[in-house]
Amino acid sequence: MSEKVLMKGNEAIAEAAIKAGCRFYFGYPITPQTEIAAYMAKRMPKIGGTFLQAESEVSAINMVYGVAGAGYRVMTSSSSPGVSLKQEGISYIAGADLPALIVNVQRGGPGLGGIQPSQSDYFQATKGGGHGDYKLVVYAPASVQEMADYTIKAFDVADKYRLPVMLLADGTMGQMMEPVELPDAEIKEYDKSWAVRGTQMKREHNIINSLYLNPEELERTNFERFEKYALIEKEECLYEEYMVDDADVVLVAFGIASRISKNAVNEARKQGLKVGLIRPITLWPFPVEPLKKAAEHAKGFISVELSMGQMIEDVRLATECKRPVALCNRTGGMIPSPEQVLESIKKMLSEVK
Amino acid sequence: MTTQILIAGFGGQGVLFAGKCLAYEGLVENKQVSWLPSYGPEMRGGTANCSVILSDEPVGSPIVSNPDVLIVMNLPSLDKYEKDVVKGGKIFVDSTLIARKVERTDVDAFYIPATSMANELGIPSLANMIIVGKMIKETGIVTIESACEAMKKVVSARHQDMLDANIKALNAGYNY
Repeated sequence: MSEKVLMKGNEAIAEAAIKAGCRFYFGYPITPQTEIAAYMAKRMPKIGGTFLQAESEVSAINMVYGVAGAGYRVMTSSSSPGVSLKQEGISYIAGADLPALIVNVQRGGPGLGGIQPSQSDYFQATKGGGHGDYKLVVYAPASVQEMADYTIKAFDVADKYRLPVMLLADGTMGQMMEPVELPDAEIKEYDKSWAVRGTQMKREHNIINSLYLNPEELERTNFERFEKYALIEKEECLYEEYMVDDADVVLVAFGIASRISKNAVNEARKQGLKVGLIRPITLWPFPVEPLKKAAEHAKGFISVELSMGQMIEDVRLATECKRPVALCNRTGGMIPSPEQVLESIKKMLSEVK
Repeated sequence: MTTQILIAGFGGQGVLFAGKCLAYEGLVENKQVSWLPSYGPEMRGGTANCSVILSDEPVGSPIVSNPDVLIVMNLPSLDKYEKDVVKGGKIFVDSTLIARKVERTDVDAFYIPATSMANELGIPSLANMIIVGKMIKETGIVTIESACEAMKKVVSARHQDMLDANIKALNAGYNY
């Protein structure tokens, strides 16, 4: 066991990436995730890695594309407006079936928005973001320890399935400090015979590309990619259930909103109200099964979000609209209080009977 | 048991640092802890605050909106947060910088001239740790020994000369 240290969420991501064998970081500073770049700037040169502050987010994501094509673990990080800029590159990386980690420490939007925490990039992260038929595996950590753990996991899943993975955090998760343990990660070896690292004159050239002018061929690559996605949906979906078994009202929340919701669940239980929480840890694949199951006994669901209501659509889909789904939210950098969540719970209980 | 602490003042007074020390003090005593800063474009002279939670159970929301303990190092912070403190909570006031008294009667108020004490002790930048020392004494949230132990983790290797100064400040507040 390594010693517990206090770290900011952003720093934990950076250190965990290094532990996972990532030796290439490309980025451009933006609040509230700049500590990731700062940490990498300090550490990478000392361990023979590369830190490069690109001239823009567009440039950084294309550097990621390049290194990913060469088969090395690579990442970039940004916050909402910066992640929008990266979308073209992310689509290319997905189209070329390359592993990479993209971190989004979200802030309020749209536009330049603000710098306070938000979860309003849920659609962008889970529904494509860039153009074309593709998906990212999206992790939504809810503690500094999880920021580290799912960074390491993200690199593994990216390599295992050859696809870009996103860690979707928010300003609070990035800025807060909690005790974290960072043991040396076991770095698994994956087949990278597809990488463009030089042929040594011994084999045919590998080609990394996302352009298919022949529509039959492009359709086939999309079909194949979606077979991979189907496997991921089966194998990689993660979630946490908290007091769901007998719950009349089930909260659904991820990241910082799930921690606030947990406080509300505890307070509700103290008052004798049967309330539980389902916390998606992967936002894609979305935990459909536990929600479907909960819909058999719960009278209603409340999606707690730092947005105008984005995940709520997936909650409705997962529960097949069998039960009412309400929204409890703040947006633009504001954060709902446990009291606000508790009020929503009471309102729903009075409506559903 | 869970203690929610809010520390507020001007940027540059070491408000965030004081919170970080408290979090480490909790860690030394094997408590669950969280530290969340206000972050924004403000630099020295702007407002700064941080939420610190020390608990025997896993910390839920890291955001402190109704503190059990409030430490204020300037008047705007007292004006803003006095009403939020829970009934029976404790408010610690740097009485060098804040002339007025706490108006509420359902909380315990403690006044310590931390800034002038720091100046007299020749450690003018450490009023923050003096007031933390006083808070530890009055709340018993951690022991003074743990607090001093934690300083060794917080003060970076580059600034070891500051370690003694910080411990001096903690003790000055504790014994006030």
